[in-house]
Amino acid sequence: MNPDEERHVCRCEEVSEREIREAVKAGARTVTEIKRWTRAGMGICQGRSCRRLVERILCEELGVSPATLEPPTTRPPIRPVSIRAVCREEE
Amino acid sequence: MADKPVVVVGAGPAGLCAAIELKKAGAPVVLLDENDKPGGQLFKQIHKFFGSREHKAGTRGFDIGTGLLDESLRLGIDVRLKTEVVGVDPGLRVWAVEDRGRSYLLEASRLVIATGATENALSFPGWTLPGVMTAGCAQTLVNVYRVLPGKRVLIIGSGNVGVIVGYQLMQAGAEVVGVVEAAPTLGGYGVHTAKLARAGVPFHVRTTVARAEGGESLERATIVGLDDSFKPLPGTERTLEVDTICLAVGLTPSVELPSLAGCATTYVPELGGRMPLHDEYMRSSVEEVYVVGDTAGVEEASTAMEEGRLAGIHAAWSLGYLDDAAMEAGAAETRRRLDALRQGVFGKKRFDAKSRVLEESHNR
Repeated sequence: MNPDEERHVCRCEEVSEREIREAVKAGARTVTEIKRWTRAGMGICQGRSCRRLVERILCEELGVSPATLEPPTTRPPIRPVSIRAVCREEE
Repeated sequence: MADKPVVVVGAGPAGLCAAIELKKAGAPVVLLDENDKPGGQLFKQIHKFFGSREHKAGTRGFDIGTGLLDESLRLGIDVRLKTEVVGVDPGLRVWAVEDRGRSYLLEASRLVIATGATENALSFPGWTLPGVMTAGCAQTLVNVYRVLPGKRVLIIGSGNVGVIVGYQLMQAGAEVVGVVEAAPTLGGYGVHTAKLARAGVPFHVRTTVARAEGGESLERATIVGLDDSFKPLPGTERTLEVDTICLAVGLTPSVELPSLAGCATTYVPELGGRMPLHDEYMRSSVEEVYVVGDTAGVEEASTAMEEGRLAGIHAAWSLGYLDDAAMEAGAAETRRRLDALRQGVFGKKRFDAKSRVLEESHNR
């Protein structure tokens, strides 16, 4: 194994490059699948730092162009929101 | 005429210009921004802008920002700061969170998304050490908060962001130890690159950062030469004493809100990767939703302003606040200025890429 693969890709959830490559080898084919498998992109920044890095690894492993990757799904809220803010929701 | 306002998300150059055009036409408009001050990245730009005189060439970014703010104040635009937009549904209800504590829904007649772009990261051993940051982060520290992030800086990426931030760090008292560029040629405008070159900063093309090391924080960086297929060349490693690494390796359009709104996207490498499709009025595949500025493909503040104006003019027309002739005249004039900005070696590439986006949008 390349020692470089121990570096973190998703800093928020501390997911290493090795874990992401393993997920692809085990069958993950989209950024969303890698996210569910490894938690990469599930942290406080919601993938804003690691999404492109994960895409690059995915493309390297599969030998495809990033244009062909399925765009990751987005769900609200796109930023962390405190429970306090939501409990006091006003219409 | 609509009762619901046009909601503009993001008060950077694109969002401010969209809101200004809407308000000038008499449309109700609400401008939301997560920061405590409007202006987006403009207030970090202490260098002079390019282009023709009508594009405020020779004017510094923060002066352009101040001008736009003055105009928005004079027009009495409803600007809501410290307000994050965390969602939007297909009914154009915008979920806003004010000051991290008050959540509310805002019903919009039209939505203009001007949320900008995110800086790309680069992962290498040691990249999570304190001292490794994006160039935009270093620029915010030095130009907004007046904090020098370090004394010896290595810049990764020779595009405009890298060389401009490098020069500004140097002006603030840091030493720029080098600029590395993976490509065989430098990426920035000659005038910005020359400022660093004249100061004796070494540029390393076909080179990347191999690793960063240090105890509590960054102390050293090792750079390595690359072959034609961007693979590291053995025996070319060099270690530099640095306490700061600035990553200036491109930007990615922020497409979260357009995605939630149901806007179709496409992939355009020249404009930062995945981005929403839009027509010649900056309208996305969802008729009521406009995308402008870096969100609609990464370009520059000057093009962002024109795209914002275009969307503002068209949205105002679509709600009946401008007649056909006024809208077409305003749009044509704005588009002429936009085309003028997309000329030259750098502009032509963006012009062609944008043309492909328009074509794809029409073919849908």
